Amino acid sequence: MADATLHAGPRGPKPKRAFSRANIFIYGTLLLVSIYYLLPLYVMIVTSLKGMPEIRMGNVFGPPMDVTFEPWVKAWSEACTGINCDGLSRGFWNSVNILIPSVILSIGIASVNGYALSNWKFKGSEVFFTILIIGAFIPYQTMLYPIVILLREIGLMGELSGLVLVHTIFGMPILTLLFRNYFASVPEELFKAARVDGAGFWRIYFQIMLPMALPIFVVAIILQVTGIWNDFLFGVIYTKPATYPMTVQLNNIVNSVQGVKEYNVNMAATLLTGLVPLIIYFASGKLFVRGIAAGAVKG
Amino acid sequence: MTTTLAPSQARPAKRPVRLFRHLMSKVALIPMILTALVVFVGGTAWTVVHSFTNSRLLPRLEFIGFDQYERLWSTARWIVSIQNLALYGFLSMILSLVIGFTLAALLDRKIRFEGAFRSIFLCPFALSFVVTGVAWQWILNPDFGLQNLVRGWGWESFAFNPLNDPDTVMFGLLIAGIWQGSGLIMCIMLAGLRGIDEDIWKAARVDGIGTVKTYVRIIIPMMRPVFVTALVLIASGIIKLYDLVVAQTNGGPGISSEVPAKYVIDYMFRAQNLGQGFAASTMMLVSVLIILVPWAYLEFGGKKRG
Amino acid sequence: MKLSTKLLAATCIVSASAASAVELEVTHWWTSGGEAAAVTKFAEAWNATGNTWIDGAIAGSGGTARPIIISRILGGDPMAATQLNHGRQAEELIEAGLMLDLTEVAEAGGWRDIVNPSSLLDSCTLDGRIYCVPVNIHSAQWMWLSHAAYETAGLPVPTTWTEFVETAPALREAGLQPLAMGQQGWQQNLAFGAITLAVAGLDPWREVTVNKNADVAAGPDYAAVFAAVADAREFARGSNVQDWNQATNMVISGTAGAQLMGDWAQGEFSVAGMQEGVDYSCLPGLGLNAILDTGGDAFYFPVNSDPEITAAQLELAALLISPDVQVDFNLAKGSLPVRGDIDLVAANGCMQKGLEILANGGILPSGDQSLSPDSQLQIEDLMAEFWSGDMSAEDAQARYAAIIASAD
Repeated sequence: MADATLHAGPRGPKPKRAFSRANIFIYGTLLLVSIYYLLPLYVMIVTSLKGMPEIRMGNVFGPPMDVTFEPWVKAWSEACTGINCDGLSRGFWNSVNILIPSVILSIGIASVNGYALSNWKFKGSEVFFTILIIGAFIPYQTMLYPIVILLREIGLMGELSGLVLVHTIFGMPILTLLFRNYFASVPEELFKAARVDGAGFWRIYFQIMLPMALPIFVVAIILQVTGIWNDFLFGVIYTKPATYPMTVQLNNIVNSVQGVKEYNVNMAATLLTGLVPLIIYFASGKLFVRGIAAGAVKG
Repeated sequence: MTTTLAPSQARPAKRPVRLFRHLMSKVALIPMILTALVVFVGGTAWTVVHSFTNSRLLPRLEFIGFDQYERLWSTARWIVSIQNLALYGFLSMILSLVIGFTLAALLDRKIRFEGAFRSIFLCPFALSFVVTGVAWQWILNPDFGLQNLVRGWGWESFAFNPLNDPDTVMFGLLIAGIWQGSGLIMCIMLAGLRGIDEDIWKAARVDGIGTVKTYVRIIIPMMRPVFVTALVLIASGIIKLYDLVVAQTNGGPGISSEVPAKYVIDYMFRAQNLGQGFAASTMMLVSVLIILVPWAYLEFGGKKRG
Repeated sequence: MKLSTKLLAATCIVSASAASAVELEVTHWWTSGGEAAAVTKFAEAWNATGNTWIDGAIAGSGGTARPIIISRILGGDPMAATQLNHGRQAEELIEAGLMLDLTEVAEAGGWRDIVNPSSLLDSCTLDGRIYCVPVNIHSAQWMWLSHAAYETAGLPVPTTWTEFVETAPALREAGLQPLAMGQQGWQQNLAFGAITLAVAGLDPWREVTVNKNADVAAGPDYAAVFAAVADAREFARGSNVQDWNQATNMVISGTAGAQLMGDWAQGEFSVAGMQEGVDYSCLPGLGLNAILDTGGDAFYFPVNSDPEITAAQLELAALLISPDVQVDFNLAKGSLPVRGDIDLVAANGCMQKGLEILANGGILPSGDQSLSPDSQLQIEDLMAEFWSGDMSAEDAQARYAAIIASAD
């Protein structure tokens, strides 16, 4: 886990001895905090491995007496959504089809926005940016009908491209802010030197800014993958049953208002749905580290 | 650290006509400008206009003046919602920033298993609010959750039942909200810390400044833009707080954990009173503007660079 | 190569000959086990006609499904058919000309004569035209009692709300929860509605709910109602569950004496393998007033520009209310059929009781049919506040009367 390359990353001062007071404090705190973060996950995993009779008995922390993977199988391939009983698997590829173009487009546009706003300001650019930031505070639901009208007028209602557009629009405020503020902290000399060399807008973006911004790209990817993958509202409104994302099935499994709630299946379904973002998180570690290596260009 | 170049060196020798200055930048920002004007200004104007109508299920332009607002401010549930949001917002903002930064700083101390810890803290962010709410509802349930567990260890008088007490229910939500969101803040902070020059640390060590002091006096001021990002992210999440409440308490007990976004959505779609929902969301927007515009002016409009 | 060409040609012919088969997308929020089984009956019947049912299930009724359904219709990309609660919820969509007029199908099928109670069809009617198909009946005024709990307390099982009130303190003394109540506004509102009908009876209820008479709402009849609800609130103290089925589970396990819930609670008892009259009792109208409301579900058909789809929509409308489909569907769902001319042999004890009351005319329109959703949510909010706090019955009544005064 902690190989030599990982140690190339962090920039804080290096603690000296393995059992120094500082070290005990650091690891102690991290372990303690980890309990808070892991406890609910533990409850969810344990519950997803229990049968319903055991859950009704009520001890949420107890390990399962009879480990059963049935809830996982059921959540993935058997749970019913109306008359279709093929679980989450039904929407998996639809979600992937929605996720990839949406993430690429929204991050692409937002990173260029952030770059232009921090390095190529012009009169009025901050006004538009401020409007955008205020837009981040509007609850999505109040924008539903205006967006429906907008999509209807430009003829994208019910199309995948319409949904990608919506994700790009609602991801834009936070992502633009993220990139703008990151690029703003990049030393100015670097940018100016490149301009003296005669590099233009796009060349500076691709050759200097992009490689240096890896950690913030990781954050943006984490943000967007999670948000778009877990999105239910837009996915269900702006698509059709054949292209419903996985979250529609998740909602139907978890949110059924009548009948017996199968908590073990609910938990398994949530954990399954969360797997894709989780894989991205684990994979992001390498990029975080590589971002530092790339950042060495600065010095 | 900065040896600023004279402006004349940075810019091309001949300044082109104003409109074409940074032309490519303007072209690149067209999507953003369209989004800001058409969607956010346009959509907001549409919402505000309809808040003065008696729209029910469908948006209609039959104006009734300030009636929706009068009703809104005489509704007990709305008042409770605002108080709750203020309490939750204040605590959540401070706790998220403090926890997020502290964790990031600890992870940045060249520790082993950094990747593992980071993933642990980030994990909750991957899970849907609906089940997050259910899981925390169980853990906080007095009969088979934490209280039961601790009592089982022999501490019979231990009492921890936040979700069923109107006075403490917001703290129960806070525990779950921080759990879900602080990992991302930690990530942003960590990215910011990684963007800080190693030389700063060296210089601080040479000057004999302690670690904590270096963070407080030097690093945090340098990370100002990152803090702004984190703050906006947290604050916008707080305003939109909805799913978690629905899943964990559904506004209860009674109306003691209601929040404004839930009021808006309930009245728009369950009560089919769009006008009332729009009036409430307009009030939310107005309060955001009151807080945000002066700050945005100072932050983005005041100083010019580049 | 040749084979695949042949195959291709064959497919073309097949699809050409099946040109009359139409795919209809149907949106609904029936996603639990029994509900899904019931929808399957519809889908099977429709597919048997050579057409195709494209299922668009979205769980979570009002708050979740409705904005989705309405957005789709507004966006000019509607589904072919959608579930909505009948009554006043779809009024505006009809007025805006977005819903298909089913009057001809209804007349051809003689719906006026077969739908019982006729109020179900009335709530599908606007200006004399029919716009929806009612498919089932649910009623809300039921009390469910646990025999096990009363055995523990050593008391006979009550047969009316009044008797229950008398036994409640004894249940409490025996360490039991007298009344199980989920801490959600709609459940508390449902209990309020059931107690109103039981305590005040039909006339004051009609005066307030249908005629919006705020004087009656502030008057002595309703004062008695609010006093009774305040009592019920005390019996429900300590019941910390959220979902209605968790509350039902308290009755099933014998930790609570009773619950006020609609006839859908029946399903929970069946799943737990309990026998009506042996393990539990059901009291329609709380044993006092044999009156049930007739809420339920209905299907609407958004206007579509494709004449082929329009024809299929009318065909589906007729199918949903046909006798065989009604029997299959309602047996699976545990609700009552909307046709008065079919015999539900397989219905169990509680369902029979319900059918009997309906046959005797103990019918009232559901709140959905008389109060706007806006007023209903305001009452729900009030009830949520009242049940979980210490608001006095007088204050609650005053606020209730104010909501009724401004209701529409």
